[in-house]
Amino acid sequence: MTEIREAPSMKAVARDLVVAVEAHELRKEFKVPDRKKGRFGRKTRVALDGVSFTLGRGETVAILGQNGSGKSTLVRLLSTLLLPDGGSAVIFGHDVVSDARAVRRLVNRVSVEASFFKKMSSAENLGYASRYYGMTAADTKDLIPEILERVGFPRDRRDEPMENLSRGMQQKVALARALLTSPVLLLLDEPTTGLDPRSKLEVQDFIREIRTNHDSTILLCTHDLAEAETLAERVGILDRGRLLALEPADDLKRRYGCGTLEEAFFSATGRAFEAEGDEDDEDDDREVFA
Amino acid sequence: MRAELVGAGGVVERNYYLTKRYIWWDVAWFLWTVANTLTIVFIAKGIEASGGNLDVNRTMTTLLIGAVVWAYLGILFEFLMETVAWERWEGTIEYTFMAPLSRAMHLAGQGVFAIAYGLLRATFLFVVCAFLFFDLAMPNAQFFPAFVVLVVSSVSFIGIGMMMSVLPLISPEKGTQLGFVAQGTLLVVSGVYYPVSVLPEWMQWIATISPATYALDGIREAILEGQGLTAMWDELWPLMIIGVVSIPMGLWVFSRGEKYAKKHGKLKRSG
Repeated sequence: MTEIREAPSMKAVARDLVVAVEAHELRKEFKVPDRKKGRFGRKTRVALDGVSFTLGRGETVAILGQNGSGKSTLVRLLSTLLLPDGGSAVIFGHDVVSDARAVRRLVNRVSVEASFFKKMSSAENLGYASRYYGMTAADTKDLIPEILERVGFPRDRRDEPMENLSRGMQQKVALARALLTSPVLLLLDEPTTGLDPRSKLEVQDFIREIRTNHDSTILLCTHDLAEAETLAERVGILDRGRLLALEPADDLKRRYGCGTLEEAFFSATGRAFEAEGDEDDEDDDREVFA
Repeated sequence: MRAELVGAGGVVERNYYLTKRYIWWDVAWFLWTVANTLTIVFIAKGIEASGGNLDVNRTMTTLLIGAVVWAYLGILFEFLMETVAWERWEGTIEYTFMAPLSRAMHLAGQGVFAIAYGLLRATFLFVVCAFLFFDLAMPNAQFFPAFVVLVVSSVSFIGIGMMMSVLPLISPEKGTQLGFVAQGTLLVVSGVYYPVSVLPEWMQWIATISPATYALDGIREAILEGQGLTAMWDELWPLMIIGVVSIPMGLWVFSRGEKYAKKHGKLKRSG
């Protein structure tokens, strides 16, 4: 079991009245090729190793970790896209495995890659996606333009195919897609990775707005130390599948006797923090039978 | 239930947008289907030209019916297989699978659009080949009963398509191609261009549980013999039974495949 040093802040204590996410001993393994064992050799790689934590309703928590630390696996488990090999995760009282459909009504996600049907426009992509959440065309007629405007998406480009848009623009549409369904738990998996500085700031501003104006709990997985520190009330350090700490950034720095979050990360993991890099693909080398 | 129906409508809406955006590719694909159908139907003329003794008009119509059903089944399976394959390629599959829409309604939406679009394409293909190219005589043809048989058989085809659509989940690289194997095998044992009676006995046995056998028989009877809807009952009741069995079976197989994919992390875009 991973030992988690979780220092309660006053705000968090107040919010403990309503627990948004409760993960207990979450474990996920993948079978990956092992060339030492021959052509069909496989070995087990642990992506998450007994991760436990709680998130209070309305709280914003950032999880810091290197490539392969388990951040994306954690997000996928919470969004019912992966089945855990051990432990449990409960979202607003609903288990992610046995009550997955109830969880899906409460959760939405923005990942590092804004995935859309590229030939379709932003309005079309948002339109059909919102139907999956039971929203009719009448429900979204005004809502889609309104949300696109709020994320700073230009009105005159709504009917353009997504493939004509920059990554920053696409990521704004991804945020709009997530917000459209009014999720009470928003999972942000490196939403600003690979964006130009301006787009990055715009996306971060929008996350701040969500924090302020919506009753959403936010789990933000990021490479960006400054992003984690400024956006989140608590910061977690995930390393090789283990959650080493989860507490306010200042408490983390104090605990490790460091002046910066980067130094705290180094002290906690024994490794230097790798600045923004490629997509977090810890389960990229998952089992492939094809 | 209302939310589920809206969700299924969303799948239809998405397919409508995609079809609209890729319409010129569909036109190109339709031309290929026409060419493929013509090569099959011309076989009858070729046999006559080489001295064979046969009713050319009837043989050409029989071959045309087989080729149109083949093309129709191809469209249905293609849409169902794309439930997974296309979404994996675009990267949207995780967003679709984490939505609260039940898998039954998700696949139903996919099936409804596939049937509507497939019927349109099949009708167009039949009209173009039968009347534009060959000017085939069908004095007794009853098109409405033929259409009803095709629609009823579609339910069974969708059930089988659901089972096939799980293949890209298990093998992202080669799963889709395996769907074509299933399509071909289904039609071979169902007497796509010939009566089932010419097949080996073991294949004839398989033909009795294939919906395509009854679909082909019913359509031939309606178009070649001029049989009405009431005479179609012998084909319709087996199709209904196969449909009632294949849909839940298709959903069950798909749910097993989805569980496998979630266990092994195969919903992700790449790989």
